[in-house]
Amino acid sequence: MTGHPTTGPATGGTKPGIRQRLSRAMSPGTAFSARHQSLTTVVTFAAIGILLPVIVLLPPFSGFGTQNDWVGGFADAGIFVLLAIGLNVVVGWAGLLDLGYAAFFAIGSYTYAYGASPFTGLHIPFWFMLPIGAFVAASFGIMLGAPTLRLRGDYLAIVTLGFGEIVPAVFLNASTLTNGTNGIVGLDQPSFGRLFGVGDFGFTNPWPYFVTILGIIAVAFMLLSRLENSRLGRAWVAIREDELAAASMGINTVTTKLLAFAIGASTAGLAGVYSASKLSIVSPDQFNFTVSFTVLAMVVLGGMGNIWGVAAGAFLIFELQSQGLKQLNTFIGGLGLPAFNLGPITVDLATINFLNYQYLLYGLALVLMMLLRPEGLFPSRRRRRELHELPDEAERGNVELSEADEVEL
Amino acid sequence: MTTENAPVRHAPPADGQPMLRLTDIHSYYGNIHALQGISLDVFPGEIVTLLGANGAGKTTTLRTIHGLLRPKRGAIEFEGKDITGMPAHEHVGVGIGQSPEGRRIFGRMTVMENLQMGAYSRKDKEHLSEDYERVFEFFPRLRERTNQAGGTLSGGEQQMLAIGRALMTRPKLLLLDEPSMGLAPILVEEIFSIMTDINKQGTTILLVEQNALMALGVAQRGYVLQTGRIVQSGPAQDLLNDPEVKRAYLGG
Ligand SMILES: Nc1ncnc2c1ncn2[C@@H]1O[C@H](COP(=O)(O)OP(=O)(O)O)[C@@H](O)[C@H]1O
Ligand SMILES: [Mg+2]
Repeated sequence: MTGHPTTGPATGGTKPGIRQRLSRAMSPGTAFSARHQSLTTVVTFAAIGILLPVIVLLPPFSGFGTQNDWVGGFADAGIFVLLAIGLNVVVGWAGLLDLGYAAFFAIGSYTYAYGASPFTGLHIPFWFMLPIGAFVAASFGIMLGAPTLRLRGDYLAIVTLGFGEIVPAVFLNASTLTNGTNGIVGLDQPSFGRLFGVGDFGFTNPWPYFVTILGIIAVAFMLLSRLENSRLGRAWVAIREDELAAASMGINTVTTKLLAFAIGASTAGLAGVYSASKLSIVSPDQFNFTVSFTVLAMVVLGGMGNIWGVAAGAFLIFELQSQGLKQLNTFIGGLGLPAFNLGPITVDLATINFLNYQYLLYGLALVLMMLLRPEGLFPSRRRRRELHELPDEAERGNVELSEADEVEL
Repeated sequence: MTTENAPVRHAPPADGQPMLRLTDIHSYYGNIHALQGISLDVFPGEIVTLLGANGAGKTTTLRTIHGLLRPKRGAIEFEGKDITGMPAHEHVGVGIGQSPEGRRIFGRMTVMENLQMGAYSRKDKEHLSEDYERVFEFFPRLRERTNQAGGTLSGGEQQMLAIGRALMTRPKLLLLDEPSMGLAPILVEEIFSIMTDINKQGTTILLVEQNALMALGVAQRGYVLQTGRIVQSGPAQDLLNDPEVKRAYLGG
């Protein structure tokens, strides 16, 4: 009575080529390749962890600071790497523009402050606070996402922008609960119990922080790259392309977007816990819009959608900002250039502090990037396809690419 | 493929349970009363066509059936079960697949990835390769282009992909919204002939068309929609000969 399709003995005449392509395409993440991928990640991060501190012993880097200075800087850069790969899930993979991502970073940080400081008298170990911070941030992600993810892209951007402003404002104004402007101080520092022979955490010893953030990033990388190739990852791509068609394929678009939001938020929560433990203080001014903006710029410049590109972008931008601009000051100052007049303005390059112009430089970099290489420095293959190989008219059909172009796909 | 033992033409069913039944459906876009009491039946094994001029409410009817628009009044039943207001993503599970207006394929995914998206919610993984093969037998052009981005396909190929993708959900009922739109006549013929094959293999089809002549050529029954109401219905042959339908939709 029902009209269920009768498929018939169709498989008999399958050509081997197609069959191979089918099975490869249908099971993108076999157990082997997933394990292989995780191993690659671990090895890569181990290599990074060994190479970075060695490289800075060589000129010109050795001239810019001691090895400990550098390693401490890397430990801070890691915070932004973590934030960037988390925001990449939301923006790069699910295609949801989140302009208030720093809110979840703040929530993670304050969670640590409540869980491990004299302020509450609780002293939960850092290692337990990591998952707790991630969980709390994810819960806020879901609370924000549930009512707003039905909104179309531009409205969502505005709501997240508002959320990003509200959260620090609450931490600022609910002063009985948060200590207001002064923030919460004296947060506990993590402890390894002298494992790994890197000594204990402290303001003068950056090594344990460096090793810790490297470990957190490596674990986040393993989990996130598995997600990218999972069923959920494919659902994100589908939603990014056409939400209505995705729903027709049986994808629950609301849940799927919510998961992206929650996973992104939990990564920011991890970054928040780590950052709070390293600074040993949280205050509302650490989480203003420039943080959200900086992380978004890192994602875009690094190459939206490509987790390695985004991480590399975040690291490079952080180092350029913290070391590059400082060195630029010293370098230009050392040239002894005379001041000159630009109309009524006197320009003395020797006294300009380029650090003050970092957001101007970001803006310039973003504009240039959008003009010259909109897919970012290290784009994902899919993004590149989106931006270069698909002229707009092709969306509605009737455009045939040449054989040469097809090979690339 | 297995066309020898497939059911041939269905006589207009006199009795029996309809697969899909719409009863007095009213749908709105804000204040616009787009569907003003639609009732229609689709019986298992049929091709039923829904005809009407631009703006008559054909797409709205499919959207309402597919859960993308919630009717203010009326009921939708599928295989005897009330599915009124069921969200779109649950339709795949009950056996309703859709090739939407404007095709809406995933332009940046490859042809193969598009088909995989069709199989996204499938539980019966063991039949998957069979079904990919079935789609490629209906649409050999897709087989040659598995790694090409969907957006770079020609209009006809995109339509084939949209239908193929819907078939990968293994639907009992396939909703097709203007598959002939913007295609060269020769391609329209091809798509309609494949549609007949798909139906002969057991998939029931509700076909929305502006090309009334072609649609009535493949359908067993038809409904004519005008500003949100059904103004005519009956066996395809009768509609083809109806002077009113001839005048309004067949250009003669
Ligand atoms: N998203 C929408 N918002 C408001 N009105 C709409 C929308 N979609 C369709 N309509 C209106 O509903 C009526 C039916 O449209 P539609 O179902 O698309 O017609 P058809 O598919 O038969 O061409 C038309 O008057 C159209 O203008
Ligand atoms: Mg329409």
